[in-house]
Amino acid sequence: MDKNNLPKDLFVPLEQKEDTSEKISRPSRTFWQDARRTFFKNIPAMLALILLLAIIVMSIIGPGMNEYGYDDQDLSRAKMPARVPGLENISWSGFTGTFTREFEGDTVEDASNKAIQRYDNQEDFIDITVVSEGDGSNNSATIEATYHPYEAKQMEETYFWFGTDGLGRDQWTRVWKGTRVSLIIAFLAAAIDLLIGVAYGGISGYYGGRVDDFMQRIIEILIGIPNLVVILLMIIVLQPGILSITIALTITGWTGMARMVRGEVLKLKNQEFVLAARTLGSPNRKIIAKHLMPNISGIIIINTMFTIPTAIFFEAFLSFIGLGLVPPEASLGTLINTGFDSLRLYPYLLIFPAILISVIMIAFNILGDGLRDAFDPKMHK
Amino acid sequence: MTRYLLKRVGYMVITLFIIASVSFFLMKMLPGSPLSAENKLSEEQQAIVLEKYGLNDPVPVQYVKYMAGLVQGDLGTSYQFDSTPVTKIISDRIGPSAILGAQSLIFGLIFGILLGLVAAIFHNGFLDFTSTIVAVLGTSIPSFVFAGLLQYGLAVQLGWFPVALWDGGFEYTVLPTIALMIFPMATAARFTRTEMLEVLGSDFITTARAKGVSGAGVVFKHGLRNALIPLVTIIGPMAVGLMTGTLVIEQIFAIPGIGEQFVKSIMVNDYPTIMGTTIFYSVLFVAIILVIDLLYGIIDPRIRVTGGDK
Repeated sequence: MDKNNLPKDLFVPLEQKEDTSEKISRPSRTFWQDARRTFFKNIPAMLALILLLAIIVMSIIGPGMNEYGYDDQDLSRAKMPARVPGLENISWSGFTGTFTREFEGDTVEDASNKAIQRYDNQEDFIDITVVSEGDGSNNSATIEATYHPYEAKQMEETYFWFGTDGLGRDQWTRVWKGTRVSLIIAFLAAAIDLLIGVAYGGISGYYGGRVDDFMQRIIEILIGIPNLVVILLMIIVLQPGILSITIALTITGWTGMARMVRGEVLKLKNQEFVLAARTLGSPNRKIIAKHLMPNISGIIIINTMFTIPTAIFFEAFLSFIGLGLVPPEASLGTLINTGFDSLRLYPYLLIFPAILISVIMIAFNILGDGLRDAFDPKMHK
Repeated sequence: MTRYLLKRVGYMVITLFIIASVSFFLMKMLPGSPLSAENKLSEEQQAIVLEKYGLNDPVPVQYVKYMAGLVQGDLGTSYQFDSTPVTKIISDRIGPSAILGAQSLIFGLIFGILLGLVAAIFHNGFLDFTSTIVAVLGTSIPSFVFAGLLQYGLAVQLGWFPVALWDGGFEYTVLPTIALMIFPMATAARFTRTEMLEVLGSDFITTARAKGVSGAGVVFKHGLRNALIPLVTIIGPMAVGLMTGTLVIEQIFAIPGIGEQFVKSIMVNDYPTIMGTTIFYSVLFVAIILVIDLLYGIIDPRIRVTGGDK
């Protein structure tokens, strides 16, 4: 058949039905519904969220879960290892309430004496197993000694879940108290960054022109100052405390947020829907509240989510170099710092706060990633 | 370009001036002087000490003198180490810090790029998953926690490395370098992975493949080259992060670097050293950011630096 001369009767007119091309087949979802859906489907982010909620709850109720206060000192019960009912008989759990270490000596007897000396001369409460007999030469014999301090101190009925520190303070109470302080500082710093950053960036971006120029020059200078330097200087001047650490963290911390908000506002304020609103006579505050804010709230949330772990890190960092809270107050940073002092002999003092701060940081980062995926329209398939 | 450079250098100078002034007046507000530990001195002796440090002048005069010294590269004299200029303290201690910083930056970048590359090539595979986990852990766990674990595990328990000692040999730098490089490594891995995925999905890669370029050729010649250009931008923040890191890592591993001295000076209120080190860090920071920005413009011709603001 000649392709160029098809008979007309082969063609059937397409019957015009009601216009279906423009119809949306699925119910429409708002931006927030969409974001929520993506977020709840993100398993790692949900796990991180649950974990964080659990940690926040524990930081509230944890210190009250046993009878010890965070600053109850009692030297008679100093440096007790971690012991948890139920777990105390499982030798690898780390909650057995015993110290186990290898000792070396010229003979087995020599090594045993070293162990006994190390463990308060409580010979009756030390189990010794010989690892290698040795031949009398220098440090050839090795024994493994297990010391039961709870029995030695007649405290069989007592349980310090995370052990006690060098002054006999309950580590469980202090760890959760420290978590609470670290979280308070982080949330407070994030909230202040959010307030100042959004207000500054919003005004700068929205009004533009000379106001914007002036405000941006200030930011450009501030951003040139390394935040480490600012934080250290502020902490040296202010006395360490929850409030002063927060102030030190926020004094330059808000610039990142301000820059980002300004950029977004600049991008949005010239778009048609804003122009339309303006043409219809909406006042500035209404345009900001109804049209701009909802559109930038996503990135504000994401940015705040990443501010929190940064604040936790810097608080711990300050405490770690000795510029943080003063004992008996505790934060995760001060606990880690104290833990380092006796790392060799009492590693449990470092391990619990170190694990906790790592888990909190990881969880916040995963949560932030999840939120970014949820709020970034580019990521949606 | 020249105008841009001038503008940037201008901002640098203003920033540094503000840092120097603010830190000067903050230090003046604080209690403590070279005398505070030595109450036994007679009044005349006190006067001599004050005279020696120029503390008898009114504060504005001290300020002008200090700033004039700064311009000439004089950071004053330490309170803690009698009559030692701060510049000497810094130059004595810059070696270990520089070695550590350079090593961690280089190794961190190399391993990070490799990790990110592997993750991008085996996208959504097991290696990608592993590399993502390493990246999340590396960016999340604070360097001092990581240093503690390394020190306890590899040095105290296994005895493979010295616990906390420094005499310049390579084995003394291994643990601190690992602890410091984790963060740059994780950041670089994340960044390389994202960039690489984006580049590998672009049209010119499809063209190259269609023309018959081998798999390795596509990845290294066409992909990696383009993916690495934006990496230059994050080296600045990385270097700054390393400076923060050295403060704690040098403490943990007893390394006689600037960070360790800085923390000590803060503890004993040695104000000239605190100020000097602060200014030193700031100059370094500002210079790194400037160099990186200029470098970026040179490496990537698409970025045209113009004098305009917009």
